[in-house]
Amino acid sequence: MIAQLITSFIASSAFSVIFNAPRRSLPQCGLVGMVSWAVYILLNGSYSTVLATFAATFVVGATSIVFARMYKTPVIIFSVSGMIPLVPGGMAYDAMRHFVENDYNVALQLAAQAFFISGAIAIGLVLAEVLNQMLRKVGSRI
Amino acid sequence: MEDKLDHLTYETIEICLLAGKIMLQSGAETSRVEDTMTRMATSLGLPRSHSYVTPTGIIFSTDGAEPAKLIRITERTTDLSKVAEVNNVSRALTSGAITMPEARLRLREIEQDKHTYPIWFQIVAAAISSGCFLIMFRGGWYDFIPAVLCGGLGLASVIYFQRIVAVKFFAEFSASFLLGLLAFLIVKLGIGYEVDKIIIGSVMPIVPGLLITNAVRDLMSGHLVSGISKGAEAFLTAFAIGTGIALVFILL
Repeated sequence: MIAQLITSFIASSAFSVIFNAPRRSLPQCGLVGMVSWAVYILLNGSYSTVLATFAATFVVGATSIVFARMYKTPVIIFSVSGMIPLVPGGMAYDAMRHFVENDYNVALQLAAQAFFISGAIAIGLVLAEVLNQMLRKVGSRI
Repeated sequence: MEDKLDHLTYETIEICLLAGKIMLQSGAETSRVEDTMTRMATSLGLPRSHSYVTPTGIIFSTDGAEPAKLIRITERTTDLSKVAEVNNVSRALTSGAITMPEARLRLREIEQDKHTYPIWFQIVAAAISSGCFLIMFRGGWYDFIPAVLCGGLGLASVIYFQRIVAVKFFAEFSASFLLGLLAFLIVKLGIGYEVDKIIIGSVMPIVPGLLITNAVRDLMSGHLVSGISKGAEAFLTAFAIGTGIALVFILL
């Protein structure tokens, strides 16, 4: 578990280097990645992968919005590096491998699952943003 | 008097377009580009400007009799620091902390700036993150070094092929093919053990993560044209990577 946390921190901050994120926001990017990965592996044991991914991306979206407010930088810097580990790369790879091996039944199953996980990522990110906008509107009215 | 006004308007349009161009080329989402341009124009005395931003071009018009201006975007990279810097300039301009000539100077500097990190450092980062992804996807530590090697090769060859071929998807295709080949070779030589885990870990740095995020955010904020085209680009990239790896499987 500790190895998972450390590697997810390093992986996310290294990822923000590839995206040329500002130097001073690298630790925060790593933190977003670490928190989301922790949520993901905690939930993945007892719930479905789709649900775990959804919860983790929601956490990514929420923490990125908080960090963006705190450091006055665009949200996207934090959210990209946080959601990268959740992209179903492994599953898409497995699906493709089965396609190549003419094992279409398994391949289609895996592909469908990868598709739903990508959908979960999208919904998680959007939900965080929509909630943020709602909170802002409601807050400004009061 | 009228001449002076016209001159001022032209300069304002020029600054807004420059800011928009830098942001779009560096991988900002569409709504942020439009928002920044409109805000800057408002603070510079053009409250009713319109901007229409797509991944390949920006159209910007003020509400007067001025003709609309168009900028074509041909090259897009990922440089989030530039997005953040332009954002800072626009904030400073709208709050009145800097004047228009200062803003233009700073934008010009940002445009000329090189990437924040040198290319070798990005490749090293990709290599390290590939190793970490291997561990995160429950690979063993014995495959750490092979994943580091493959991940470094992956990003390095994407950057290299993009310089010599104009077609981005071909660059990604050949990079993932080389990466898969190296992974197989390493396992054949007995240095690595699980070829699947090595490939999954090392392919992550070239996965179009930013494009996917931007596509979703664009679609949700109502920028349908940009969202669909970014989604198509992400899909094609993923497809290119997949085909590259699949080719390795078919050949070996």
